[in-house]
Amino acid sequence: MSMDFWILLTGSLAAVSCAILGCFLILRRMALIGDAISHSVLPGIVIAYMVSGSRGSILMLVAAAIMGLLCVFLIQWFNQRGIQSDASIGVVFTALFAIGVVLVSLNARQVDLDLDCVLYGEIAYAAWNTLQIGGVDLGPRSVWLLGGTLLLVLAVIGTFYKQFKLCAFDPMLAAAVGIPAALFHYLLMGLVSVATVSSFESVGAILVVGLLVIPPSAAYLLTDRLGVMIGLSALIGVASTVLGYALAVRLDASIAGCIVVAAAALFAASFLLSPKHGLLSAKLRRSRLSRRAA
Amino acid sequence: MNGLWNSFSALASDPNLRWIALGCMLLGLSSGMIGCFAYLRRQSLMGDTIAHTALPGICVAFLLSGTKSLPLFMLGAVAAGIVGTLAIRIITARSRIKPDAAMGIVLSSFFGVGIVLLTMIQHSGDGSQSGLDKFLFGQAASMIGSDVQLMAGVSVVLAAACTLLFKEFKLLSFDPAFAKGAGFPVSVLDFILQALFVTAVVAGIQAVGVVLVAALLITPAVSARFWTERLGRMLALSGLFGMVSGLLGAWISSQVSQLPTGPVSVLAAAALFLVSVVFGTKRGLLTARLTRREARRRLLLHAAEAASSASASSSTSAKEAG
Repeated sequence: MSMDFWILLTGSLAAVSCAILGCFLILRRMALIGDAISHSVLPGIVIAYMVSGSRGSILMLVAAAIMGLLCVFLIQWFNQRGIQSDASIGVVFTALFAIGVVLVSLNARQVDLDLDCVLYGEIAYAAWNTLQIGGVDLGPRSVWLLGGTLLLVLAVIGTFYKQFKLCAFDPMLAAAVGIPAALFHYLLMGLVSVATVSSFESVGAILVVGLLVIPPSAAYLLTDRLGVMIGLSALIGVASTVLGYALAVRLDASIAGCIVVAAAALFAASFLLSPKHGLLSAKLRRSRLSRRAA
Repeated sequence: MNGLWNSFSALASDPNLRWIALGCMLLGLSSGMIGCFAYLRRQSLMGDTIAHTALPGICVAFLLSGTKSLPLFMLGAVAAGIVGTLAIRIITARSRIKPDAAMGIVLSSFFGVGIVLLTMIQHSGDGSQSGLDKFLFGQAASMIGSDVQLMAGVSVVLAAACTLLFKEFKLLSFDPAFAKGAGFPVSVLDFILQALFVTAVVAGIQAVGVVLVAALLITPAVSARFWTERLGRMLALSGLFGMVSGLLGAWISSQVSQLPTGPVSVLAAAALFLVSVVFGTKRGLLTARLTRREARRRLLLHAAEAASSASASSSTSAKEAG
């Protein structure tokens, strides 16, 4: 199979996992927690890399998920001690990311992880790194990793859809009817960490937040139903991947950067043109109303 | 200890290192001061967003001018930062997107554009571009005298503005409605503060890079909050914390090869933050525990006194009745 196919598949799998989880982040007003998590998994990745010596290992996923949860826990802990939530996000993720950068710089020789890769990933090389079991070539490692992540996300969100939905819209009610809201909170955060790490190699630590926030926001402007929002968000994620890859080939620029730019363009389109919540339709409605009033 | 002192005196005598340390300290001082107002206005993460939006501005400045000139880069970054701020305002005002998501959208899409431009510049094979990506993680260690002079100038202006307009900014941060009622030009002041904030972010990028500059603004201010309830002292302390972390960052990174200055400064600020969380005299964990223990002791004492006096008075009243 061709390189293009594998790159598109890798990007789409990452985009769909992030797009699904992003919907819940947006609804719970935790978009920036997603940003914080995507930064703070870096030390986990580096430590796991130093221990295991390979990328894409299970250890790496676990270490990064632990760092993500640690980050969320610290943010909450400081917040409860009287620090505003946005300030505590800022303090925690910058400190954790700085630890990661220092670890990368100190172990530059042992760790084959350069800072460019941290920032914008290397999706173009992902296809070269294939998984081989018993001499059989099973396709790129990253596709297996991201496919597994997507299955995990689908399984967990699918099983507890009702609970997640209630926690997203009305956490008080969720707590009142006996849903362990804290458990689902940390479950969601854990999934976000896992999705972030497995996307890390393809899109880099910082642009992951684009995939987490932009497609769900675009979908949020298009519909009022959560199920539809998740579907649309995933679709926009895949569309951004395809458009972004085409753009990257044409411009000879970073693929991950182009994917995020494409997502931003799709968001701008839905911001302007959405039939329900778009700028243009609001303007039309207003002018029609004023005409009727006059 | 002797080696420590030697390395420290090397910092004071090596002119290159001295410039770097001075630049980092001044940047820490000014952004620490501005950060206090951002903290009070609950805009801490705006610093992070503005920093990310600055990247395309820097790239465009390079593409237009074709040279690596720091003043031009700062100009481009400031312009992009202002555009980003406006974009957030428009998105939140004109749609049902919440502010946090709007910040995430603007941050990542501007950064995405920046990365695309950066890779395009790199792939075009223009030899003079090398080092443009240093803006991502800061390039404090490669600052030269003229850069530091510019940084120092900017920092002095920022610190002076914070001092001169202290009363106005204080009022604006705590009670903008009252400030308006009292006849202060609130929108002008708001604009000045925003502009100073963007300038501080852009100046900080030079030292610690796009990704971590938020820490320079947030961490010292949050740390200072643990020590005082007064804004004036908070500003002074926050500036001091910023300065100390800049100095530590420059010093430690000069001692260990391969260690970047920016992240080390951020870690130094984080260490000061942890110290403040535990030992801070106003809100620190230790103080809170001591205060609680003292309060409990006093309460028990009062209760015991009240009980004994009540029993005494009841016995006297019983006697009187008898």
